Amino acid sequence: MDAVVRELSYAQAIQEAMAIAMDMDERVFLMGEDIGVYGGAFQVTGDLVERYGSDRVIDTPISELGGAGVAVGAAVTGMRPIFEFQFSDFATLGMEQIVNQAAKMRFMLGGEVSVPLVMRFPAGSGTGAAAQHSQSLEAWLGHVPGLKVIQPATPHDAKGMLLAAVADPDPVMIFEHKLLYKMKGHVPEGHYTVPIGKAEIRREGRDLTIVATSIMVQKALDAAAVLEGEGIDIEVIDLRTIRPLDRQAVIDSVKKTSRLLCVYEAVKTLGIGAEVSALVAESEAFDYLDAPIVRLGGAETPIPYNPDLEKATVPQVPDIITAARDLVKGVR
Amino acid sequence: MAGASKAVMDSRANLPFVYRQYSPEQLREVLHKMYLIRRFEEGAEECYMRGLIHGTMHLSIGQEASAMGICMPLAEDDQITSTHRGHGHCIAKGAEVSRMFAEFFGKTTGYCKGRGGSMHIADVAKGNLGANGIVAGGIPIAVGAALSAKRMKTGKVVVSFFGDGANNEGAFHEALNMAAIWKLPVIFVCENNGYGMSTSTARSTAVKNIAERAAAYSMPGVIVNGNIFSEVAEASFKAVERARAGEGPTLIESKTYRHRGHSKSDRNRYRTKEEIEDWMANRDPIALFETELRDFGFIDDQGIQAIRDAVAKEIADGIEFAKASPAPDIAALADYVYTEHA
Ligand SMILES: Cc1ncc(C[n+]2csc(CCOP(=O)(O)OP(=O)(O)O)c2C)c(N)n1
Ligand SMILES: [Mg+2]
Repeated sequence: MDAVVRELSYAQAIQEAMAIAMDMDERVFLMGEDIGVYGGAFQVTGDLVERYGSDRVIDTPISELGGAGVAVGAAVTGMRPIFEFQFSDFATLGMEQIVNQAAKMRFMLGGEVSVPLVMRFPAGSGTGAAAQHSQSLEAWLGHVPGLKVIQPATPHDAKGMLLAAVADPDPVMIFEHKLLYKMKGHVPEGHYTVPIGKAEIRREGRDLTIVATSIMVQKALDAAAVLEGEGIDIEVIDLRTIRPLDRQAVIDSVKKTSRLLCVYEAVKTLGIGAEVSALVAESEAFDYLDAPIVRLGGAETPIPYNPDLEKATVPQVPDIITAARDLVKGVR
Repeated sequence: MAGASKAVMDSRANLPFVYRQYSPEQLREVLHKMYLIRRFEEGAEECYMRGLIHGTMHLSIGQEASAMGICMPLAEDDQITSTHRGHGHCIAKGAEVSRMFAEFFGKTTGYCKGRGGSMHIADVAKGNLGANGIVAGGIPIAVGAALSAKRMKTGKVVVSFFGDGANNEGAFHEALNMAAIWKLPVIFVCENNGYGMSTSTARSTAVKNIAERAAAYSMPGVIVNGNIFSEVAEASFKAVERARAGEGPTLIESKTYRHRGHSKSDRNRYRTKEEIEDWMANRDPIALFETELRDFGFIDDQGIQAIRDAVAKEIADGIEFAKASPAPDIAALADYVYTEHA
């Protein structure tokens, strides 16, 4: 059986996870805009409406605030909604229910309720969709206690983390980079989970730790492969969860390599790179550092339409190569 | 209105509104612009297919009479807010297709200097405050522009275009209420093409006609056949008069249909081929208007051909202009994020 490794795309892996979740638990249902017969803007729900019916794969009107709130209400009262925002940018319209309600309800009511809610956010740039359809807003939600925020970087994790999210009693926000949807990779059959809150070492190395998120994990691996040819040995950590952060994984790696580069697509300042840098600076790993910490993040601009400008807005493999090489060689 | 002679006026007395209200030259210009919208979008679609334009686009083919009719009574400095399906609004409000193509090609000569693309097309000089990537995003902005017009006593009116899908966003309801309580010079134009992406209004909206929403905000709610130019222009004319007179907002529901899919990635699974073909064959707004113009003696076949030829040339020239224009400098990435200080 194992001789043939089954490959699925990232989008197919998510779809399979949602189907398994619905098979396992009657309470699970999907809600979102155009997730039924259209199959979702990115074809992630695909034909699930044909298999599970429109009572469990619910097309909402274009009403993000209301839709998010309905999902919160259903979650609090015994259902297990998986709510899709058509683009992560539209989280801005649902923010009230996510931040003021879903995140705090259990706390405010002294533990009397939980909010077992999953929300999915297709995110990121690279599709030419310009400033209002290309943002990376995960750190916004990562700032809110009460939420869990994950960014699976592979088809394997997309499935396993979604199933972990559905099983989780608290609200889990999943940011899926749109350019990953077509990425193929090994995805085991059946039910399995990948834990929320655990980072993964994607590549072991001695000279430098790159902490990357989402699509930047693959870019960091590509950069590491190039630099291997120059004798530079890079460790790549896939953070996977940005709240709660796997501090220990980062600390342990930096203690080993003595250098840290953070790579993420979201706007550089006040983001995940600042948090990872600070956690190292506050820990015993600080004493092991041989060089200043470097962050590579998105430019301090909205995402432009022009494709060359768009590419220049977020870190690309050559940028990672240059930054990593300079860091290891002590160039400042 | 260009002063038509009394004899001409009398002979037109039984014709629909626009044929009484506007001169033959003005009406021929409307046909010209409708063709310009149609051919612009066909041209953009073709450039997209050939990989010359990236991203996505939402075509308004089939909705040209709505854009033109609403903009007909507007003055050059009146303002509009538009939608993701905004090419027609932009041209109807006076934009040049060359600079629109340039924007789609990501060039510095484009209306947004290559930063916005199709979904953010604008022409601020002509009063178009911009298409919008956010459904219903432009509706409250139009109310704000109308507040400015009232406070600054500019006499401007503002039109907010949006789709049927937008009427279920909170922003729509909040905006209509404020426009009503403050009696602002704004006209809400719902271009109801039957679907928000794949979701029909029957599945998304509790009322049968979106114009019925007007009652909740104490403003007139008017339904027009959005594929008949004269009907749309007449409703817009009345709403503009009311707004300019300080009597407050109007909601116009313009019932129409988009021939193309929602965007470039639509497989049209939520509607039938027969439905699409029926609208294309029997209710094409350009064909309907052209027939009326011809029947009423405002244009002959030669005149129609001349318009088509002129439009074809404008489109070809526009694409050439876009191709030949410079791309933005990567070093200019951070331009326009904030206002430059001298
Ligand atoms: C707030 C928000 N939600 C969802 C979308 C995705 N989206 C873009 S256009 C569209 C359908 C809009 O339908 P309608 O308002 O009827 O306009 P039409 O496309 O028919 O012109 C959707 C769901 C969006 N851009 N913004
Ligand atoms: Mg619509």
